[in-house]
Amino acid sequence: MRRLNSVWRGLLLLAVGGMIGYGIGLGLDLLVTGALNYSGSVASAFALLVSVTAFFFGIYGYRGITRGLVWQVVGTLLGGFFVTGIRALLGSDTIFGTFFFSEPAWVFGALTGVVTFMFGVGVVADWVKWARGIDTPEHHEDEPGGGKYLDVSLDHKVIGIQYTVTALVLIAIGGTFALIFRTELAASQLQFLTTTFKLFNQTGPQFYNTIMSLHGIIMIISILLGISGIMNYAVPFLVGAHDMAFPRLNAFAYWISVPASVLLLMSLVLGGFDTGWTGYPPLSARAPVGMQMFFLGVFTAGWSSILGSLNVIATVVRMRAKGMSAMRLPIFVWASVATSIIALTATQLIGLSFQLVMFQRLFGMGFFDAAKGGNPVLFQHLFWFYSHPAVYVFVLPGLGIISELLPVFVRKPLFGYRWVAMSSLGIALVGFTVWAHHMFTSGMNEYLRVPFMYSTLLVAVPTGVKFFSWVATIWGGKITTPTPMLFVLGAIIVFLLGGLTGPPNAAIALDLHLHDTYFIVGHFHDTIFGGFIFPFFAAIYFWFPKATGRRMNEFWGKVHFWLMTPSFFVLTLGMMVIGLRGMRRRIVDYDPALGFDFTHLLMTIAGFLIALSVLIFVINLFHSIRHGEKAEGNVWNSRSPEWQVPSPMPVHNYDVPFEVVGEPYDYGLADSKYVQFNGHQGEKHPVTAEGAQH
Amino acid sequence: MQRHFVIVGILVIVMAVLIYIGLDSVGLMPVQASTQASDIDWMWNLEVIAMSFLFALIVVPLVYSLIVFRRREGDTTDAEHMEGNTKLEITWTILPLFVVMAFAYLGAVNLAETRRVDPEAMVVNVTGLQWSWTFEYPPVNGLTVVSDELHLPVGKQVLLRMTSNDVIHSFWVPEFRVKQDLVPGRITELRITPTLEGNYKVRCAELCGTAHYSMEKPVIVSSQADFDAWMTEQLALAEEASQTPEGRGEALVAASGCVACHSTNGSPGIGPTWLNLFGRQEALTDGSVVTADEAYIHESIRAPQAKIVAGFENQLMPAYDFTDEQIADIIAYIKTLK
Repeated sequence: MRRLNSVWRGLLLLAVGGMIGYGIGLGLDLLVTGALNYSGSVASAFALLVSVTAFFFGIYGYRGITRGLVWQVVGTLLGGFFVTGIRALLGSDTIFGTFFFSEPAWVFGALTGVVTFMFGVGVVADWVKWARGIDTPEHHEDEPGGGKYLDVSLDHKVIGIQYTVTALVLIAIGGTFALIFRTELAASQLQFLTTTFKLFNQTGPQFYNTIMSLHGIIMIISILLGISGIMNYAVPFLVGAHDMAFPRLNAFAYWISVPASVLLLMSLVLGGFDTGWTGYPPLSARAPVGMQMFFLGVFTAGWSSILGSLNVIATVVRMRAKGMSAMRLPIFVWASVATSIIALTATQLIGLSFQLVMFQRLFGMGFFDAAKGGNPVLFQHLFWFYSHPAVYVFVLPGLGIISELLPVFVRKPLFGYRWVAMSSLGIALVGFTVWAHHMFTSGMNEYLRVPFMYSTLLVAVPTGVKFFSWVATIWGGKITTPTPMLFVLGAIIVFLLGGLTGPPNAAIALDLHLHDTYFIVGHFHDTIFGGFIFPFFAAIYFWFPKATGRRMNEFWGKVHFWLMTPSFFVLTLGMMVIGLRGMRRRIVDYDPALGFDFTHLLMTIAGFLIALSVLIFVINLFHSIRHGEKAEGNVWNSRSPEWQVPSPMPVHNYDVPFEVVGEPYDYGLADSKYVQFNGHQGEKHPVTAEGAQH
Repeated sequence: MQRHFVIVGILVIVMAVLIYIGLDSVGLMPVQASTQASDIDWMWNLEVIAMSFLFALIVVPLVYSLIVFRRREGDTTDAEHMEGNTKLEITWTILPLFVVMAFAYLGAVNLAETRRVDPEAMVVNVTGLQWSWTFEYPPVNGLTVVSDELHLPVGKQVLLRMTSNDVIHSFWVPEFRVKQDLVPGRITELRITPTLEGNYKVRCAELCGTAHYSMEKPVIVSSQADFDAWMTEQLALAEEASQTPEGRGEALVAASGCVACHSTNGSPGIGPTWLNLFGRQEALTDGSVVTADEAYIHESIRAPQAKIVAGFENQLMPAYDFTDEQIADIIAYIKTLK
């Protein structure tokens, strides 16, 4: 009851805060421009910030995330006024800009806002104490109940759930943007995003460009957070560790993604940006201030990715249970290591490329400005050097989840374990040599395209190994299809469609036709849904009992699957068909003469059905936390160590350490065990800093 | 087990053939209107065969297993323990390796086909700008035809030498298949040999800002005779227009893409309409009012951000460094728009 009241209080404050913020913004805008701008950006920006902060205040009071957000707002204003003050002192003629602050003031303010958020939320408190010579305990005690998810926790399972929920929130936001522009695209001609439409200082086509771009980047960030969520939650207990190697760094990596998401949303109200998530200059050098918020948001979220992957690698290398040799690692851990190697070494490049454009805009450095001797194509190389491997960051953990869950539901060993493990590393390594296949039409050296075609097609080999192994695993198994298995099977078929539509894009001449069309859009939605969304849902249905001691509702899980999967086929096959026939990417309107109206209408309906299915999932998820069927034992009859202890998992995972005595997936082999606990569960062992070393 | 392999083998082949026939009969590609298109469609067909076979190869055994090997009611035992088969793993690593390398080789040969050079090719200079296209044809007797339509004679290779005024654009006529970006500060090339007379459209394929979606212009492929007639007509018009200031102005704004944003008939656009512009009172973003006279229009071309008409504050028009005479021609043309 108290929880329910706090949600109502939060929603009430959301509304009140929105109005107060709108009023403040309107007033400030009036002071600077001398006009009341009701649909303007400044009022909207303040309404957004204050209402979200007030919402968390209502639920949780002034601590944790609320204090972080308040400090971010204050930090942004302080940073902004600091630069504005300097400009005033220097006698600049543009002290204020279109969106209240000038662009440099917004950039500096956004940066200080991120820093003050991290101090406000309290995630750097321990390090500050250490610097002052004060010791802190290894772990803080988390408060019981849901409150701990809104505050800094060092428990990898809490952080894993924080990541996962944040990812779901971002998927909801990015999905809402998709529904808005899918509605516009349902028929040719401009319906409501017309040239006279006006929101946040943007006309209809500009607003389309902004939300289309935000759909892309917000979904990408949500994927990065989603895989971090599953990896954070599962990797420590899969390898027998009591937590991640660096719990404070882990919390830092999660919390920095929150102000990063706020910055991305700020770009929506600060004039937006019209470049897509790729941010190619010269277009990105000309876009409104929102562009800078996009750059800073991605730059900040990149820290989350880099630090998180560092932690995963350290945990797997240093904290494995006794006897867990490389070839006895759970296969999902192999995938996590492969993905972390990419994220740790490539993310810097996207940060760098965005920072260069940021500097081009702020300081007039002509890195990509042809008039100043710069080269726009250079940006594309830097950008794709991360952004292609990033695609493997998105899908490798998902493919790992498929390989991890399949043996449980077919009661058979994973076929060719070593080959599947090595194929993840193979994909990760080959993935670094293929980036320029995004640039076959870019005007890069014409002959250099050929080696990139060869390297790109090489990716098909380790990917093929995975598919063949999955089929061989399923072949002759005793197959059951509860909800997690349905999503695993859906993932295989959807990812197969994504995989098969890849090689045509690698053939250079054919790509000259396919590039920048809906064919590509369909292709990558297939790879991302098959490689991330389906496995992500499978993982949530699978490990939900581990987190809560209850199962998610099976009937509604199946409804979710059977609603989402066919709709998704309609959506992406529709995209590919019209793409081949001439539908360009990233357009708010298409030529009626092309005859795409009916396909687009079908795709829009399919899009809404997918949204409905995800809504069913979310309701099922939250309802099952309290009302799901009890499931405290080994619900899936798995050999994996986490299912050998009761659910929900205790705070430091295993009261007694386990030893690996067999192969992970030896289903069907009589009297074989994967792990053996030396002692009885419940017999409290001291948890030492060395974790699994003893 | 033997029996299952035979059944699945047959089903895979049947399914692959059915998928291929299905995809082929739907006709996934637009009309073939260039030699490059027929080369590319040949490669596409090869890819469709591969995709149909591989889709069947994975999905058929998967679905077959789900039906035939599903857990029977009341059975709680595990399946047969089978860890893997190294020979099989090596086979399905090496074999695909050869197949993809063969495809890469064919892809390279195919690329070479589409790039075949005809030394006699007609050269057209293409400029992309936010949000229009201009095409400059080879000069005849010192006169150059500049148009926002691309006219091409059938059966003759054209070499497009392309650049951009502002941001990156991409030249794409789906019926010709091939696509090439236009990059500011450099010239990129594209060779097309039209084979089918008809009216097509060039559509910008690289996101280039607000009106990217409508950056389309006609592409007309006609017989050599029709093309020559059109050229002669255009040359005469260019000759005639060059005699008067408003004629020169009209040609200049068409060639510079101004009308992509500024309508001449009063319809709303990215920028203020030019209909009845001269002498009009315009409210500016800072609240003041200005009369659109010679001085104001001159300034708005050279420094568009200096005085922005209210309602257009979020539209960034690039500065144009036309000569004073050219601007005078444009103003003469705007004066005629009543």
